[in-house]
Amino acid sequence: MPDAEYFGVILAMGLVTYLPRWMPLFVFSQKAMPGWLVEWLDLIPVAILSALVFPELLTHGAPRTLDILQAKSLVAVPTLLFALRTRSLGGTVVVGMLSFWALGKL
Amino acid sequence: MSPWRERLTMGIRAAWPICMAYFPIGMAFGVLAQKAGLSVFQTGAMSVVVFAGSSQFIGVSMLSSGASLMAIAVTTFVVNLRHLLMSWSLATHLRKTPTPFLFLFAYGVTDESFAVNTVQFREGNWDRWKALIVNHVANIAWVCSSIAGAVSGQFIPSGFLGIDYAMIAMFIGLLVFQLRGRLYVMTALLSGGLSVAFSLVVPGNSYVIFASLIAATGGYVISRLRSPGGPKHA
Repeated sequence: MPDAEYFGVILAMGLVTYLPRWMPLFVFSQKAMPGWLVEWLDLIPVAILSALVFPELLTHGAPRTLDILQAKSLVAVPTLLFALRTRSLGGTVVVGMLSFWALGKL
Repeated sequence: MSPWRERLTMGIRAAWPICMAYFPIGMAFGVLAQKAGLSVFQTGAMSVVVFAGSSQFIGVSMLSSGASLMAIAVTTFVVNLRHLLMSWSLATHLRKTPTPFLFLFAYGVTDESFAVNTVQFREGNWDRWKALIVNHVANIAWVCSSIAGAVSGQFIPSGFLGIDYAMIAMFIGLLVFQLRGRLYVMTALLSGGLSVAFSLVVPGNSYVIFASLIAATGGYVISRLRSPGGPKHA
């Protein structure tokens, strides 16, 4: 594919990715938000993280099928306990990786 | 320590787990891009211009199957629309921030930097400059690892030290740090259940947005029912 065409594609991808990242910051950082909205937004991070991680652990394949007892979900248990205990993100990543690796060796 | 030195140190310290999780994924992206016939420069350029993991994988595979610019742009837009919610939520921490700063900051809003910065803002001792450093350090790691993947092909064997689990482990940790009371646990379980259910029936990744919106609203309703008119939930 010619270079100009390729760069047209990535510029388009970059633009449509940038806009949703930028617009809410621009609109909502300048004016006060009502209290209920702030409270609702306060629950968005936990909801998003949960929505990202649970399907990774409990389903697999494309299209996804339910698979509750798989290596990824089993390793989530020690990873979760370590995160609860230590509250160290770096440590959690290392423990998760090593547990996953160890389980694969069994 | 000067304030800038402190900002840099703290920003990098907060960002390093992200970098570690990005490395295998960025490498994998670089390898895929190289196999799809992209040059090292083209691969790095996509990571610089787009900076959004999953949509870059999709973009490369659509490019190699000859999809149109329009189709790629629309797909990318839909895949990355979830950042809208993240930026909206981050806006509560960035009140009265100068517009040029927001231009720089918005570029680096990802699932990972969003989660790390949210936790740090809540724990205090965090400011927009440290948050900006997290965003851009993560970006550097992403760009470098995708270039490394494109240059080297596959020099890290797959499965090496459980590296495929790095991203999931990071999300588990970040999720745990968000659980600051029963309301957050309930919202997390609701969102997790909904997203699993939706992901089984809806193709693509729109389940993230739908599950988050419904769960946050559900959590908000629960908090209202528990303390009508109450200012803050526990």
